[in-house]
Amino acid sequence: MPQRLEAINDFVVKFANVNGSGSASANQLFAKAILRMGVPATPRNIFPSNIQGLPTWYEVRVSEKGYLGARGGVDLVVAMNPQTWDADLKEIEPGGYLFYDSSKPMPASKFRADVNVVGVPLTEMCNRTYSDPRQRQLFRNIIYVGALSALLQIEPEVVEKLLAEQFRGKDKLIAPNVKAFHMGRDWALENLQCPLGIKLERRDAIGDMIFLEGNSAAALGAVYGGASVCAWYPITPSSSVAEAFEKHCRRYRTDKATGKGRYAIVQAEDELASIGMVIGAAWNGARAFTATSGPGISLMQEFLGLAYFAEIPAVIIDVQRGGPSTGMPTRNQQSDVLVCAYASHGDTKHVLLFPEDPKECFDFGALAFDLADRLQTPIFVMLELEIGMNDRLCKPLAWDANRKLDRGKVMTAADLEAGKLFGRYLDVDGDGITYRTYPGTHPTKGAFFTRGTTKDRMARYSEEGPDYVENMDRLLKKFATAKKLVPAPILREAKQPTKFGVLYYGSTSPAMVEALDTLETRNIHLNAMRVRGFPFAQEVEDFIAAHDRVFLVEQNRDAQLRTLLINECGIDPARIVPVLNYDGNPITARFIIGGIAERLAGANVTPLRKAVP
Amino acid sequence: MTYLPKPRFRHPDLPTNALGFTRRDYEGAVSTLCAGCGHDSISAAIIQACFELDLPPHRIAKLSGIGCSSKTPTYFLGASHGFNSVHGRMPSVLTGANLANKDLIYLGVSGDGDSASIGLGQFAHSIRRGVNMLYIVENNGVYGLTKGQFSATSDRGSKSKKGVVNTDEPIDMVSMALQLGATFVGRSFSGDKTQLVPLIKAGLLHKGAAFIDCISPCVAFNNHEGSTRSFDYVRAHNEAVNRLDVILPRAEITTDYEPGETVDVKQHDGKIIRLRKVAKDYDASDRIGAMTHLQQKQAAGEIVTGLLYLDEEPVDLHEALKTVDRPLNMLEDDDLCPGAAEIAKINDSLR
Ligand SMILES: Cc1ncc(C[n+]2csc(CCOP(=O)(O)OP(=O)(O)O)c2C)c(N)n1
Ligand code: SF4
Ligand SMILES: [Mg+2]
Repeated sequence: MPQRLEAINDFVVKFANVNGSGSASANQLFAKAILRMGVPATPRNIFPSNIQGLPTWYEVRVSEKGYLGARGGVDLVVAMNPQTWDADLKEIEPGGYLFYDSSKPMPASKFRADVNVVGVPLTEMCNRTYSDPRQRQLFRNIIYVGALSALLQIEPEVVEKLLAEQFRGKDKLIAPNVKAFHMGRDWALENLQCPLGIKLERRDAIGDMIFLEGNSAAALGAVYGGASVCAWYPITPSSSVAEAFEKHCRRYRTDKATGKGRYAIVQAEDELASIGMVIGAAWNGARAFTATSGPGISLMQEFLGLAYFAEIPAVIIDVQRGGPSTGMPTRNQQSDVLVCAYASHGDTKHVLLFPEDPKECFDFGALAFDLADRLQTPIFVMLELEIGMNDRLCKPLAWDANRKLDRGKVMTAADLEAGKLFGRYLDVDGDGITYRTYPGTHPTKGAFFTRGTTKDRMARYSEEGPDYVENMDRLLKKFATAKKLVPAPILREAKQPTKFGVLYYGSTSPAMVEALDTLETRNIHLNAMRVRGFPFAQEVEDFIAAHDRVFLVEQNRDAQLRTLLINECGIDPARIVPVLNYDGNPITARFIIGGIAERLAGANVTPLRKAVP
Repeated sequence: MTYLPKPRFRHPDLPTNALGFTRRDYEGAVSTLCAGCGHDSISAAIIQACFELDLPPHRIAKLSGIGCSSKTPTYFLGASHGFNSVHGRMPSVLTGANLANKDLIYLGVSGDGDSASIGLGQFAHSIRRGVNMLYIVENNGVYGLTKGQFSATSDRGSKSKKGVVNTDEPIDMVSMALQLGATFVGRSFSGDKTQLVPLIKAGLLHKGAAFIDCISPCVAFNNHEGSTRSFDYVRAHNEAVNRLDVILPRAEITTDYEPGETVDVKQHDGKIIRLRKVAKDYDASDRIGAMTHLQQKQAAGEIVTGLLYLDEEPVDLHEALKTVDRPLNMLEDDDLCPGAAEIAKINDSLR
């Protein structure tokens, strides 16, 4: 008998499925049931770029402490895909568990001596109970959830309630699903040693947290932020942003009396057209956005330069995936940082926002529209596949009832009529931001010509050097204004004074929190700062200056944020040590701990005076 | 080259339109194109059309790509907002602008390089979508601004100024527009103002995707012997299928023509497009017929001009998307933001 891993509310389950087999909703049911028992859990979809017949995995990390980052290693594999059996088996920690469909006998060579085997005759049960092939497939998934509920001590009432919620409105489906669930559960209780060494116990560790996908949250942010035009071209992992926007709009933006929409969504012919439409709409005074991923960003370059130079608001939700080229289209990376920061030819710089989770996808999704109008420039919301396409536990959404959409500096017909001086590129108050008018505002005043060629303050075509320089320098001033408007970085101070610091951003967050906690138990203390926007706030520079050694954890090969920091803040490259994860898998606390501890091995880790105020 | 403002003194005797504007009020900056360039005649025709239609200049948005042709919006409608976008991408910018405010009139100006080469895709898709606009291609068969390379509309066998013969098949934008579902398709010639002005007027009134291919000789690079876009060649091969007038509601309806010779198409605002037949059997409401006629005449080396196709009941993009009547850019916070109260419900649904 192999040893049995023992853990309560702290383990990793990985479902190995076949794409298109309908397993997604059963797996989600499993994850949600754990959450409803008050225990934090994070699911991750791992899927190849194919629609059917190929493997997909759904990994659920259960962590009472609330660590939501990927952990690495698997304690229980639910092996539903014979093709990936060998690889899945290999991943199991010694003493872990293999759950499989035992309908057909398997040779002993297919198992591991140090892994506990849990066989359930799923197919046999299905074939006995259902005649329709599609039913057999779908209910097989629910049956394994039933068996797992017995093995892991998931409360059956919780699952029953979830099924009732899921099929509300299609009530006929509730009973058969509940029946299938109990079929699996009863079989396991009768035939297997339940529970396993790893199991669940009810807790109250969820509080008021919510569970949603970043893409949907960003789209909801766009609705709250007042976006009325969306132009997009399908690309993984961003398509579900536009799709969610449409769903949210149908709900919140449909005129009751007429059934007409207070929004327009166009599926464009390519990303050039998407960004062109966004720029046209925003030029004309509507809030507009596109959602895309790396390849789309590459195509949008010329237009992004136009929007920067002609100063037109635009919101780009970039759900990053592995590049370059088609790269790893269904894997995570933070590798569009530079291409977005410096998009287009000529001297350009763009504003970037880095959300850590769906809550911030919502917040920044809405904020981006205020920033775009205020700064009259493209704003990039830098999502990642990891937070965009996975449900994530996070703080509840919030919206201040007194919040008004900030439309920025717009001159109205009344202003013009009152004789206010209007120069489209005339900086009247020194913040680098100038007034604009919407087309059609006034019969005789306020019209101007928008172009990507050089112009003077009054928007007149000019190839004069001084006009060009004045304009380019004003754009820098505007960028400095942006510094104060982007979300400020967040500091987590170490328990003890330390001369070491670590910077990170985006989806690295949960792994970083776990890594810092763990390092602390090893008496390695680091102050940590999460960067949330570009241009970098002064605090980021101060943080680097205040530490002897600063690590920068990123999920790309070339340490792109580090390049940006060195370039924009004039920082000595030797002062920022990169810790880089770029194999497409989400970064883990283990990886971060390894990267930092290894580099600190020779260094003096005795705490110094408190370094950061 | 810097901007040249035009002196704006108003002669008391200058005629005014119903809005009290003179023709001058529809002009723009002084053109910087070559003297004699066909594009300038098109600008003049646009000015005249807008003046005669009593359009408030500020309710027109003029958009273009890049090229000599795309520069022209600076030279007309100085009181309108204009947008010189990027090469070949005017259609997407115009589409977005139109989505934001359905109440303005959208005039897209482009060149044959801008629309048939780099921008062929955007041209096609904006037409397919039925964007409510007038899209004019100032077609000279060359890239004027980059000094005379062949464009994608150059005829096979046409000779460049340097003597090179074009061996590529031309793209016929009129045939494409018809095939792609434009609800108003016309072709004209910058040298024929009497045909062009009413065509532009009718196109501006049309509530759907209106497309005009306007042949516009480039005097610098494509007006020589051997070119099929020279003034002489176009004059010699121009075959108008009809002539049209746009009649304002306030005008007296005169009956100069025999019944059966003219077709009146009433527009939403009471204006009337009156078509006078020139080619006897040409029916501008028959899309397939129009395509056939074009193919036949083209094969014979003729350039068919006039209002080639008109759908009297166009459906535009906003109608298809079912957007509200109020322009999207006029919507206020309460129309757009679901508000704080809704957030609690959303959170509850996510637990
Ligand atoms: C991306 C890009 N490529 C190339 C150019 C250079 N360019 C400017 S105008 C033009 C051709 C314009 O031809 P057309 O649209 O026919 O206008 P015309 O000057 O003939 O009126 C080219 C190739 C550019 N501006 N942008
Ligand atoms: S180069 Fe040709 S198209 Fe350009 S302005 Fe001169 S004549 Fe006109
Ligand atoms: Mg041309």
